[in-house]
Amino acid sequence: MALPTRRDVHRFWRLMAVGVRTHVLYLSRSGLELVMAVFAPIVFATLAVYLFRAGDQPDRLLQAAVGAGLMGVWSAVLFGGGGAIQEQRWMGTLETLVAAPTRLSLVLLPITFATAVVGMYSLIATVAWGVVLFGIPLTPASPLLFVPAMLVCVVALGMMGLLMAATFVLLRNANSLANGLEYPVWMFSGVLVSTATLPEWTRPITWALPTSWAARAVQAATGGGEVVWPSAVALGLGLAYVALALVALVWVERRARGTGTLALT
Amino acid sequence: MTTDLAIEAENLARSYRTRTGWLRPQRKTIEAVRGVHLAVGRGELFGLLGPNGAGKTTTIKMLNTLLLPTSGTARILGYDVARDALEVRRRIGYVFGGDRGLYERLSALDNLRYFAELYGVEPREQLPRIQELLETVGLSGREKERVEGYSRGMRQKLHIARGLLHRPQVLFLDEPSIGVDPAAARELRRVVADLVAGGTTVLLTTHYMAEADELCDRIAVIASGTLRAEGTPAELKDRVRKLDVLEVEVHDAVGPEHLQRLRDTAGIEQATVETSGTVDVVTVHARPSHGTHAAVLAALADLRTGKVTTREPTLEDAYLSIINGTTTGSA
Ligand SMILES: Nc1ncnc2c1ncn2[C@@H]1O[C@H](COP(=O)(O)OP(=O)(O)O)[C@@H](O)[C@H]1O
Ligand SMILES: [Mg+2]
Repeated sequence: MALPTRRDVHRFWRLMAVGVRTHVLYLSRSGLELVMAVFAPIVFATLAVYLFRAGDQPDRLLQAAVGAGLMGVWSAVLFGGGGAIQEQRWMGTLETLVAAPTRLSLVLLPITFATAVVGMYSLIATVAWGVVLFGIPLTPASPLLFVPAMLVCVVALGMMGLLMAATFVLLRNANSLANGLEYPVWMFSGVLVSTATLPEWTRPITWALPTSWAARAVQAATGGGEVVWPSAVALGLGLAYVALALVALVWVERRARGTGTLALT
Repeated sequence: MTTDLAIEAENLARSYRTRTGWLRPQRKTIEAVRGVHLAVGRGELFGLLGPNGAGKTTTIKMLNTLLLPTSGTARILGYDVARDALEVRRRIGYVFGGDRGLYERLSALDNLRYFAELYGVEPREQLPRIQELLETVGLSGREKERVEGYSRGMRQKLHIARGLLHRPQVLFLDEPSIGVDPAAARELRRVVADLVAGGTTVLLTTHYMAEADELCDRIAVIASGTLRAEGTPAELKDRVRKLDVLEVEVHDAVGPEHLQRLRDTAGIEQATVETSGTVDVVTVHARPSHGTHAAVLAALADLRTGKVTTREPTLEDAYLSIINGTTTGSA
């Protein structure tokens, strides 16, 4: 394969920008998504506050709100990213996307990123509600790294979403799998409780998940600790997942052309 | 790569494996397309005409790379549809009928902008190209509205604009006028005719005779996955030119036994029935003979018959006799 030229690189970023804009716009216009986007963060914020108030750790309230918000990001990517291909198939747009002279992975990446951006909104809203409704003090430990850490989190999750998009489409029971993955990943990523309290055998899972590293970085930016290197690990793992997704998607497309499952008939 | 042919298919075939039944699943193989040969020259408007389920969509999807052939090969402008999918995709447009396949909650403009990017239109050229296409298909002024409020005809226009963004050399149109009102269908035909005048090769599928007759340079009739006849509309009509077409209005329900009786009558090649309003109209293709009129009425003796008319065969008659297998071979 030839190395990408400057023009290719330019085209890549344009494609990402236009794609993310289009799909965020699309998602933001769904009635259900809007209701979820308004209410879910209030529920998350309330849960976080009551869990930690009850636990008598008022100093960790901001961290709890951020943790709850991260769960929202994960849910958005898990269902939105994991179901991306299926969703386009239902809308009848998958064929037009595949027929485009652009690699399927490049078409899907902005879609999974868009779900991460929507999740990001939910994180911000959760923290905002926490501040407005419960008077949580907005005093992150590293104010300068707080926003970059959150951005890294979105990017890492968007990249993981691409792998989920590629693999879930191969599974008959993708939806139950997504449901089954929602809570364990929160646990393993140490979003609400520290992974230190989890049994030893869960460590490899924790290390393999970009979510845990991204969550660790965001938590560190909020409550104190090392931010940069967990962010770097999260991005590295995300890139590795994208590489796997690229391979998987070539195969997925070939298979769908073989079985005739690009369209609903 | 240079070739005079825009579309070539050799022995193209496709089967689907399906599973039916839930408690005791049964595997079935459907032979949707069985060995199709096609050769469409550059700049030609080629029609693939056939009833529902004939294999038109399956053929188009093999040609536009969305479906791998089970056997046989096809090339678009010299590029193999299975191996060089990307090269093929750069050069083709695909528009299908029906109202799906667009982002409903976005405006036409946002849909087109997105697809312009995906279809590799140069950034600087995107907006002028979109404006030009909105003008061509007649959607100018409505482009800021969300697609969910669009009529069937407007959606189809938007689909066509989308399919043309990257100036494809070969355009595949799969039943573009399905469910579109007559005025919009006429506009669509004008757009297609203009494209062909501008040098684009178009492969159009339809089950509307008039559309194929008016537009196409050449037509292939497909039924049950095989091509039954191929030629210009005039050539296809010629195959039935030697026949008389009789239409009989019947005020009772016409049953299969009546049609069978007609088909068994000497000199009658074909008999079909269609309900129009309160009457059934029986159409009979017969070799010219003085006795036909009486023989037809005799076969329908137990029914209340009305007006009987004799007319020249149309392309529709040719089509019916081709798919019913009464005339065979190529024109
Ligand atoms: N994805 C599919 N799976 C199984 N059978 C299919 C599929 N698509 C089409 N068919 C069958 O193949 C045959 C040809 O269909 P199609 O090409 O859509 O015909 P047309 O476009 O001429 O109406 C039909 O019998 C149809 O039921
Ligand atoms: Mg069809």
